[in-house]
Amino acid sequence: MALSPEEVKKIAFLARLSIKEENIEQYSQDLSRVLDLVEQMDAANVDDVEPMAHPQDAMQRLRADAVTEVNQREKLMSNAPLQENGLFLVPKVLD
Amino acid sequence: MINKSLAELSVGLQTGKFSSVELTQHYLDRIAKYDGEINSFITVTDERALAMAKTADEQIANGSATALTGIPMAHKDIFCTDGVRTSAGSKMLDNFIAPYNATVVEKLNRAGMPMLGKTNMDEFAMGSSNENSYYGPCKNPWDLERVPGGSSGGSAAVVAAKLAPVATGTDTGGSIRQPASLTGITGIKPTYGRVSRYGIIAYASSLDQAGIFASSAADSALLTQAMAGFDPKDSTSVDIPVPDYSATLNDSLAGLKIGLPKEYFEEGLNSEVAKIIEAAIEEYKKLGAEIVEISLPNTHLAIPAYYVIAPAEASSNLSRFDGVRYGYRCEDPVDLTDMYMRSRGEAFGREVKRRIVTGTYALSAGFYDAYYLKAQKIRRLVSEDFQKAFEQVDVIMGPVAPDTAFKLGEKTSDPISMYLGDIYTIALNLAGLPGMSIPAGMANNMPVGLQIIGNMFTESKLLNVAHQYQQATDWHTQMPEKYVAEEK
Repeated sequence: MALSPEEVKKIAFLARLSIKEENIEQYSQDLSRVLDLVEQMDAANVDDVEPMAHPQDAMQRLRADAVTEVNQREKLMSNAPLQENGLFLVPKVLD
Repeated sequence: MINKSLAELSVGLQTGKFSSVELTQHYLDRIAKYDGEINSFITVTDERALAMAKTADEQIANGSATALTGIPMAHKDIFCTDGVRTSAGSKMLDNFIAPYNATVVEKLNRAGMPMLGKTNMDEFAMGSSNENSYYGPCKNPWDLERVPGGSSGGSAAVVAAKLAPVATGTDTGGSIRQPASLTGITGIKPTYGRVSRYGIIAYASSLDQAGIFASSAADSALLTQAMAGFDPKDSTSVDIPVPDYSATLNDSLAGLKIGLPKEYFEEGLNSEVAKIIEAAIEEYKKLGAEIVEISLPNTHLAIPAYYVIAPAEASSNLSRFDGVRYGYRCEDPVDLTDMYMRSRGEAFGREVKRRIVTGTYALSAGFYDAYYLKAQKIRRLVSEDFQKAFEQVDVIMGPVAPDTAFKLGEKTSDPISMYLGDIYTIALNLAGLPGMSIPAGMANNMPVGLQIIGNMFTESKLLNVAHQYQQATDWHTQMPEKYVAEEK
């Protein structure tokens, strides 16, 4: 299946991923080939097969709803690209 | 020093033949001497390594040491290491100082193993050649014009050139076994859930598993022992006891049933590689094993299913990199959307972007059933193939990769041909099974690995089967001539 340059742009936007205009065509070709590969799945009859989400078919384990992490705010904030007064700074969201 | 097993190093340390500081310095000197051309490390942590070695020497002196105390090692740069840059091979995390330790790191720290540094890898573990690294490709120590495999190429090269006795890796579609094969060393990917994923930067969470690179099965047994076990911090960690992996290494292989899947010996397999695998099987017959021809009929569906499941999970996992809390942020964003888009667009490499877009497409409205759900159904078929086979056989053997290490740049323009090289390794991740690669010979002067696949939680059996071969042969003792050191 072919993925058009327009579709690539749309999907890249859904993934919040800028792709340079001059590279869109290459992505479109590469992704079309990936989809061709993936479509080999169509050869399999899977009508009565249960999907397998986890190798051991295990259920998600639950834990007590208690705080286990220690507070290390400053250490975590030290990786922030931009911060002020212990808060993450982002471009203006509301006018 | 570099040709000693972990057990021998341990004896040397315990009896005072050498100290951990001396041993660690010896490896740091080798890294300084050789890694300029191999590029296997992203970060060398000399000071930390020597400080840890000093502590190890104190523990040895006061009798509180473990069998691994004082033996240096290296971590793939995908394991979070408190206070040390953890880049995942990406520009996105070039400035990321991990604020905590992965459970694996914590366990090996507690065992007293000095960390020499963080090793090179394909960005976010996406790749089979280590060429998708922001820090430049790592080279194969056997031939610097060739790739070491990937994604854990750095860790494989480190052990192959003996810049560290052992190193950690992760394996989502073959990222331990394939580089181990291409660099002529021993690698093990344990059962999904056997080793904690906590603190490993996630690629495809239902497939990712941590493991190791070493010079032998016996060394692998010791290190796997130290890493395996239940971890409440990893929701898919499995709570069953860890056996003593070293205790069964010497069990006889008489009567062992080895399955050879016919699909692993069909067209596409290099004939020289095939000859080496056949010779290894002959060796196992001498050790008393019986050979059974088996079929894994859905093998051809594993790659298509993987290239839905892995990108889908990756697109979700990598959405956390938003330029807000950590990692790269673009210059002068005009608004929030611009910041997300350019931060991600500028910091992710091409293969990572390809997989994010593929995964986003597969999960987008209207396509879920046709792609992700279908791939999960095929995943069950692939898993059932293995379960049927294990009704007849104890282990499955075959090649790890269709060919020996290819040249740098040879496949970079053709991502699909790179994907197809993982034909023999990917199915195992879909099924969650453990697998190993052990060196079995040389083709065109490059190493070839034999793959050994076991049923769930049969790491003891795999290590035993690998060890017995290594008692009878010496392929695992070979190393590139160039890096054989003058011993002190």
